[in-house]
Amino acid sequence: MTPQPMAGQPRAGTPPGTSADADDRQPRTGRRRPVGGQRSNVLTIALLACAAYFLLPLAWLVIASTKSNSDLFSTFGLWFAHFNLVGNLRDVFTFQGGIYISWLRNTIFYAVTSGVGAAALATAAGYAFAKLHFPGGNALFAIVLGAIMVPLTALAIPTYLLFSNVGLTDTPWAIILPSLVSPFGVYLMRIYAADAIPDSLLESARIDGASEARIFFSVALRLLAPGFVTVLLFALVATWNNYFLPLIMLNSPQYFPLTVGLAQWQSTSSAGSGSQALFSMVITGSLVSIIPLVVAFLFLQRYWQSGLATGGVKQ
Amino acid sequence: MSQTAVARHRPRAAEMQTRRRGGLKRRQAIASYCLVAPFFLVFLTMLVLPLFYSGYLSLFREQLVGGTVFAGVGNYVRALQDHVFLGGVLRMARFLVIQVPIMLSLALVFALALDSGRLRMQRIIRLSIFVPYAVPGVIAALMWGYLYGPNFGPFAQGARAIGLPTPPFLGNEWMLGSIMNIVTWSFVGYNMIILYAALRSIPTELYEAARVDGAGEFRVAWSIKIPAIRPALLLTTIFSVIGTFQLFNEPNLLRILAPNVIGVGYTPNLYAYNLAFINQDINYAAAIAFLLGIVIMIVSYAVQFGVLRRERRS
Repeated sequence: MTPQPMAGQPRAGTPPGTSADADDRQPRTGRRRPVGGQRSNVLTIALLACAAYFLLPLAWLVIASTKSNSDLFSTFGLWFAHFNLVGNLRDVFTFQGGIYISWLRNTIFYAVTSGVGAAALATAAGYAFAKLHFPGGNALFAIVLGAIMVPLTALAIPTYLLFSNVGLTDTPWAIILPSLVSPFGVYLMRIYAADAIPDSLLESARIDGASEARIFFSVALRLLAPGFVTVLLFALVATWNNYFLPLIMLNSPQYFPLTVGLAQWQSTSSAGSGSQALFSMVITGSLVSIIPLVVAFLFLQRYWQSGLATGGVKQ
Repeated sequence: MSQTAVARHRPRAAEMQTRRRGGLKRRQAIASYCLVAPFFLVFLTMLVLPLFYSGYLSLFREQLVGGTVFAGVGNYVRALQDHVFLGGVLRMARFLVIQVPIMLSLALVFALALDSGRLRMQRIIRLSIFVPYAVPGVIAALMWGYLYGPNFGPFAQGARAIGLPTPPFLGNEWMLGSIMNIVTWSFVGYNMIILYAALRSIPTELYEAARVDGAGEFRVAWSIKIPAIRPALLLTTIFSVIGTFQLFNEPNLLRILAPNVIGVGYTPNLYAYNLAFINQDINYAAAIAFLLGIVIMIVSYAVQFGVLRRERRS
């Protein structure tokens, strides 16, 4: 993603704060809506039909998680049967000595640690690239930009080998350390910082004799907070959803995140080994695993939109 | 402060400023290096080092007799003649030219519909389309795997109920399409939000005039809105290219259900994984991973270059 193609593109005329809050409830000034026309029923129905496609699998998941293993096979998938959600939940949380709880805890721990870490590193670097002048800065930023295109899965295998040389495989570090690198986060933060921090503010802090460290920690950080949250969310979701890296790195089930653990349950249940009601457990376990992120999405929507706007519009 | 006082102070202030500027520059540079150092430390050890290590490993070959020997570009020559690897790359290329346009067109249409302001229940619609992004790829694949399933999948149940044969979602012919559907389901919303955010930041004045001149919504969308969000379209295209070639989760999960359809090299990434961890052929796996990275870079640059040229021409 070199910046050249974007040169000469019209830049958004609003500071990040306002475009971030682009929400239906708060129409911006200068943007009257609905513009030039009335609401269309045809369009609404067409989009509701599309929305149904996106919700259908989730609806199925909710319904299926209330069924016992035998009802899964014998009743229609998109309607309820005997309500067995409580029993399924008990199975999920007690199977193999309650290992699901460890997986859930691991997932949260990996995602939060690497999310906060990646966002902190990206914020510091992005601020320096955007607001401070230093020799080699542009060259370093160009390297970061080039790295956005390096496919991370191509790195997983060599990283595994390096880690196994120093005994880091099959430890939580094997998941957290590689997840701390977020070139896209640095890129987002640079764009965000360029708009969010007025140069005049930095100048006056310098004239007042504040050190660069003090300026960063007590002036800049507060203004960068929304950008920090956006990068945090990106990194958090990336780690939460990661499957390839933990699959390679981890052997001990007690370190698994949910993705690897559930995939393992799935392959056991498909192999048909044992008489346990595994299908209903995999389904209920999947439902439980997506609830935290879905809830976080609904509440933190504003940050998604602002971050994606920053990345997609300004460049 | 009176006029004279200002005049008297000015030269001294200017002198101080020049003297301070040098120190300021140095202080700023030191601060900058301190701020970027933590990121670059991790960047070097977790990204650059593995990248070079992978390149290094790919130049060797392990032999039964004599251990590891230097192989030069031997692994790369082998990869370029390897039908499994080339088959996987071609399959991803097919995936790219079919799925990415469908996904991005849907995302664009949804974003334009949301931006047109003519929808009722905007918020619910936007969230419904976006929510699959919160579902991990593994869970999406698990879920769709059940939905596709011939036993208790609702599609199979429905087909049986009206006397039709069960649709072979996980059969040889349909599998790639089934995976495309999972990926589309997962990522339309994400791309839609990027494009929608870009649309929201177009200044209204740009198309208000066109509206006054009687241009319809479609004309405004085609001639004003879509050209204005070209950077966002480029971004989503490049991310989709990168994502497509790295496809792993979905085929690896569906493989459990259909081991005869999805072979060890169904996607290049799956192939590298199987080579490294099942065949223990680390060196060849490193070469495959490296080649895959190069393919991704080339295609991404080709996309950018194509867009650039078209922009210059128009």
